[in-house]
Amino acid sequence: MTERCLVLWCPDWPVRAAAEEAGIDEDLPIALVEHGAVHACSPAARAAGVQRGLKVREAQSRCAALVVLPLEPAVDARRFEPVLAALEEGIPSVQVVRPGLVVIRAAGPARFFGGEESAAGEALHLLAQAGAPGARAGIADGPFTAEQAARAADPILVVPPGRSADFLAPLPVTVLGLPTLAGLLARLGVRTLGGLAALPEGSVRDRFGPEGEIAHRVAAGLDPRRVLPRSVPDDRDRRQAFEPPLERIDEIAFTLKRTAEAFIADLAGDLLVCTALTVELTADDPSSASGQRGRRHRRTWLHPRSFTPLDVIDRVRWQLAAAELRAPVVEVLLHPEAVDEAANHEQGLWGGGPGERIHHALSRVQSLLGHEAVVTPILSGGRLVADRTAFAPWGEQRRPQRAPGAPWPGRLPGFSPTAVLGERPRVVVQDPAGRDVAVDERGAISGPPAILVTPGRAATRVEAWAGPWPIEERWWDAAAAVRLQRMQVACSDGTAWLLAHDDSGWWAEAKYD
Amino acid sequence: MSRIEDVFDTGRVPAAARSETVASLQARIAAMQSRSLGTRSLPTAAAVAPLLPGRALRSGVAYAAPGSLALAMLLLAGPSAAGAWCGVVGIPEFGAEAAAELGVVLDRLVLVPDPGEHWLAVTAQLTEVLPIVLVRPPAKGASPAETARLASRLRQRDATLLVAGPWSGAEATLETTGGTWTGIGAGWGYLAGRELDVAVTAREIRSRHRLRIETGFRLPAAPAAAAGPRLVAG
Repeated sequence: MTERCLVLWCPDWPVRAAAEEAGIDEDLPIALVEHGAVHACSPAARAAGVQRGLKVREAQSRCAALVVLPLEPAVDARRFEPVLAALEEGIPSVQVVRPGLVVIRAAGPARFFGGEESAAGEALHLLAQAGAPGARAGIADGPFTAEQAARAADPILVVPPGRSADFLAPLPVTVLGLPTLAGLLARLGVRTLGGLAALPEGSVRDRFGPEGEIAHRVAAGLDPRRVLPRSVPDDRDRRQAFEPPLERIDEIAFTLKRTAEAFIADLAGDLLVCTALTVELTADDPSSASGQRGRRHRRTWLHPRSFTPLDVIDRVRWQLAAAELRAPVVEVLLHPEAVDEAANHEQGLWGGGPGERIHHALSRVQSLLGHEAVVTPILSGGRLVADRTAFAPWGEQRRPQRAPGAPWPGRLPGFSPTAVLGERPRVVVQDPAGRDVAVDERGAISGPPAILVTPGRAATRVEAWAGPWPIEERWWDAAAAVRLQRMQVACSDGTAWLLAHDDSGWWAEAKYD
Repeated sequence: MSRIEDVFDTGRVPAAARSETVASLQARIAAMQSRSLGTRSLPTAAAVAPLLPGRALRSGVAYAAPGSLALAMLLLAGPSAAGAWCGVVGIPEFGAEAAAELGVVLDRLVLVPDPGEHWLAVTAQLTEVLPIVLVRPPAKGASPAETARLASRLRQRDATLLVAGPWSGAEATLETTGGTWTGIGAGWGYLAGRELDVAVTAREIRSRHRLRIETGFRLPAAPAAAAGPRLVAG
């Protein structure tokens, strides 16, 4: 059963939007160009012989005064948004097919305004008031027929129920918007929708597949599509502009307090909590004229539970500290990236249990030292000891970058070192004769290690050693390539070391103590 | 009467020897007494239990384990495997993989690698909520007043503090005096097992222990079922 649809069509909307955007008169001959061909043109240009699909040069030769503008769908949509909002004030549940063309289920407005024609008249009146005069309205069974009615209307055309097929019959098959199918049908001698509708349905399905079947039904006035009104999500973003721009983090945090509270309270009003938050900082651009925006810094923060206003301010603080904007901040935007039902995050009647307390205490430490200062370790994959553990700041998702379970040929067997030395301290390894031990290209050592000198400790005797074992990773990437020889040594003082040798000499990768 | 005379005859027993006897007797009394009443003991890894006074970690006190991080990790392992959250403060090189192998559950481990000058505040904050915290004080250490404040906080919160360094007022000090490695020789093998010599000073009594850890050892997820025969302390 096809439903009655009201289609509102603003002719040449892209041209009008582009003209408004460029600040030129829309009565001039204007053409919108995409990929070197005319995509849309103004009535004046059309009168001069410009058509859709013409090459730009051809169009310009037909109309010397033609103003050529690029096609910008974003501009169309943006310019249409206020018009749509005004329309929705009077007639809700609007489906936007594209900027300038909307479909509305006709039954409701027709009942409300006392007839389909008066509903269409009311819609056109609303559009004209909102800055889109000269629109057309068509009412028919199904969105396709209604659109064709709107294109034929002046300014309103109502196709009575059940008469769609008769209305569509004389129209050419090209209006289906399926160029391949239309070309094929034309060659078969089927030039009108009436002709297509007259073909047996089974034959059309066999010859043209599902696409042809739908086209056949549409041509017969049995458009199966339904109107899917858009649902507008509420705008929950909160902005705080600073005038004059602020430089100090604590000033910004203090000023932001009420905004953060309003941001969370707004969500709480709809029984929602924010679990992921995007903070966008906009810095002032001192080099440009006033009103210009400077650098932006965007980052998304996750929360293991849900954000409170204080958490929001903490995240802004940390981001300000890390962002290196190098200019005062003019605006902070808070955007809820993910929300959840508040019921899932309610605290228990007797407090939140141990997890809640731990989280609060760790968050306080983070407020003191910074977000990255409190971490939880995750096992990761790799051959070097430092690669085998990753750290996630408290409150962020713990996800290893590399599979820890994968075979990593070349990783050390036996104990993992208890101390992973990140800063690669230089060490001296000597053989019994007191010469530095060297490792050659082929992995042979010049002599058995006997003495190990590590920073901050006296020289110790090497009691046992094993290796060297080569590691060669990512040789195809000069920046990330690793090429070294590793060796384990056990010293007389009870400690053991994992040493690495590369072009720069010996260094300690890790320590067993 | 001769026995009484013996006792009161100060000339017979030299003063130095007498004060030594008194000191040793006092030490024995102290060792038999518990320092505080009603302290709870924490689940402790079987390998390290014999090293500790009372054969278990106790809550509300501090233990010092200077020298070996592996030993500190073994001390963390027992409570961690039993479901406790652990904190590590001021040890940037803490080898999480080794900790996991020794039985620390990484899902319940929180690290504050570089607390800087705030190490004491951070440690105090963590002992509020975590049952066991391992901390390495900076070289300067803590003043006696700060130590006392932290100790009273530990008692209040029933938390256990492990210090990877010297600590005055520790329930026990587990000092690594040396050790040997097995599985590695002159150019062959790999570090497969180790024996750790630990000198324990608890309430003025010193004892020596040898701890053996072998590769492939993993503490079972359940705290019970004993830590297995592969980890022996004696």
